[in-house]
Amino acid sequence: MELTRRQTVVGGAAIAMLGLPRGAFAVNYPMVGTPDEFTQGAEVGVGNITLMTPEIAENGNNVPIQVAAPGAVEIRIFATENPEPAVASFAFGALAGSQAASTRVRLAKSQDVVAIAKLADGSFIGTSNNVKVTIGGCGG
Amino acid sequence: MAKGVKPRVKVPKSASAGETITIKTLISHPMESGHRKDKEGNIIPRSIIHRFTCEFNGQGIIDVVLAPSVSTNPYFQFSAIVPEAGEFLFRWYDDDGSIYEETKSITLS
Repeated sequence: MELTRRQTVVGGAAIAMLGLPRGAFAVNYPMVGTPDEFTQGAEVGVGNITLMTPEIAENGNNVPIQVAAPGAVEIRIFATENPEPAVASFAFGALAGSQAASTRVRLAKSQDVVAIAKLADGSFIGTSNNVKVTIGGCGG
Repeated sequence: MAKGVKPRVKVPKSASAGETITIKTLISHPMESGHRKDKEGNIIPRSIIHRFTCEFNGQGIIDVVLAPSVSTNPYFQFSAIVPEAGEFLFRWYDDDGSIYEETKSITLS
């Protein structure tokens, strides 16, 4: 990709705005990232992964979700239409009773919630659910 | 340290060896996303818990990375295998550098 001057200027300004306050605290956050950063371009297949979400969420501030993928080493959740699509990543250790977890998330508007699991052999499987949101959950 | 942060954990008091138990955790935290604005239109800076871990006698159970899209008062439910009597250690990592810890011991029945 060729960068135009405008893109460079805008991008640089954005980095400066975002980067400075972060740098001031010098905290290195672990990041969930984007689906592409997770899969590194590998194909996401279908498999034994279940994502449970409500069909309609009245309050986007607090949407219960449940994800399970037997044999997964890590599962990541993305909300495609949120200002930051990353939601959470679950990495399972030796004593995990099952490769499953539940939590509550924010959804800005009606959208697809995506779950991608990385299996022990390094392959990826994914699934997605559409959730209709009555009141968005990201302020605004 | 964010104000009024209180971790709450629900773990059974005892289990048989090798049993799979369910753990529920909740921590009171505003999870300020960094996308909201105050009355003057200034962005309220991000302040969230960005990582949660649970281990048993030093062995990992779950390691969660949280983004601002996780709701206020982050709640997690997951399961763990109990091979022996011991202690669960829960840790929440705040953006401001604080770490909130909670422990729960379990006996074999």
